[in-house]
Amino acid sequence: MSEHVNIVLQAVFAENLALAYLLGMCTFLAVSKRFDTAFGLGLAVIAVETLTIPINNWLYETILRSGALSWAGLPDMDLSFLRFLTFIGVIAALVQILDMALDRFVPVLHSRLGIFLPLLTVNCAVLGGSLFMVQKELDLSESVAYGFGAGLGWALAILVFASIRERLRYSDVPEGLRGLGLAFMVTGLLSLAFSGFAGLELRP
Amino acid sequence: MRYRQVLTDPIIDNNPVTLQILGICSAVAVTRSMWPAFVMAISVTAVLMFSNTAVSALRGIMPRSVRLVLEVTLIASAVIVADEALQAYAPETSKTLSVFVGLIITNCIVLGRAESFALNNGVRASFLDGLGNGIGYGLLLLSVAAVRELFGSGTLMDQPVFAQTADSAIFVANEFMALPASAFFIIGLIIWALRSWKPDQVEAREFDAEDGG
Repeated sequence: MSEHVNIVLQAVFAENLALAYLLGMCTFLAVSKRFDTAFGLGLAVIAVETLTIPINNWLYETILRSGALSWAGLPDMDLSFLRFLTFIGVIAALVQILDMALDRFVPVLHSRLGIFLPLLTVNCAVLGGSLFMVQKELDLSESVAYGFGAGLGWALAILVFASIRERLRYSDVPEGLRGLGLAFMVTGLLSLAFSGFAGLELRP
Repeated sequence: MRYRQVLTDPIIDNNPVTLQILGICSAVAVTRSMWPAFVMAISVTAVLMFSNTAVSALRGIMPRSVRLVLEVTLIASAVIVADEALQAYAPETSKTLSVFVGLIITNCIVLGRAESFALNNGVRASFLDGLGNGIGYGLLLLSVAAVRELFGSGTLMDQPVFAQTADSAIFVANEFMALPASAFFIIGLIIWALRSWKPDQVEAREFDAEDGG
């Protein structure tokens, strides 16, 4: 169990997808002007990461990995080159299903997430999470923990960033730095702060 | 004339990273030294040219409702080819770039250009738009990588520029440049410089632009 807590902690802080691996930056910079939209997007990312990473893990382990098809009598088959297509397909399908399900059962949350949910298909933090899962060679239960932690870390990062940006709205910034330039600088400072978490680990 | 504009516009006047806010993740993550950045820029340009051409050629027969899925599939196929080619011919670089080659699929430049340009323009113009955006992206990537490699390890393209000895008083490697955070500051400064040079790229103040939004 402490193994899983460690995976979550590391995914949230030391290996934060947004601030340590710099994934999902397009959405991060574009959708962080207001705190409430950032909050909705953060929730969506947590949900999508927690669902897609274990599903992709299962598919990878049972079908794609080299030698994984031995249960079907094909021990020499290596389909791992298909992982990009499979992962992006799973993500696109799942985001679509989530979109429809939320619309049907939790319309309040759905209207709050608005257009951000479909956009998550092309958020590199989501695909990146699945690719890192392969690189880390996690098993199914670990991948649930990793997915949750990765989503939570990304959500935390965008919330912090959105709050800072709200404060900066009325500040007097040099002309050329206004908007995107300053957003980059602030993200740089945040990322620098998060690099202090490197090596964080819970010891039993 | 028009074709030339399509090709040269995205290099500085409408740069994908500094103005369109596209493709930032990889711009920051692979720029620690110039060689991986160069390989990355070439791969993105190749994928971009292929996907723009293919989407433009198929735009007449793609049903609008499933076009996103089709576009992503086209892009993913191109990326698989690029990834396998890199693993075969440049295994070292492929390892350095790790997941970022795969992440070209979700690089917003590729899908963004397919959606906003290739869907509405002819094959030749789309091809040139892909090339132009690839060059604009590569140029930014390489300038960030040049700064980080020069001050971070004293080399350019792995060729030593500053002599590095134990008691070197002239050059001490800047550890900060190895951190991803440095790329943000460099891109921020590049944007600042670019917008001082071309003031029409300056953004309107936020509270004027989006009040009530």
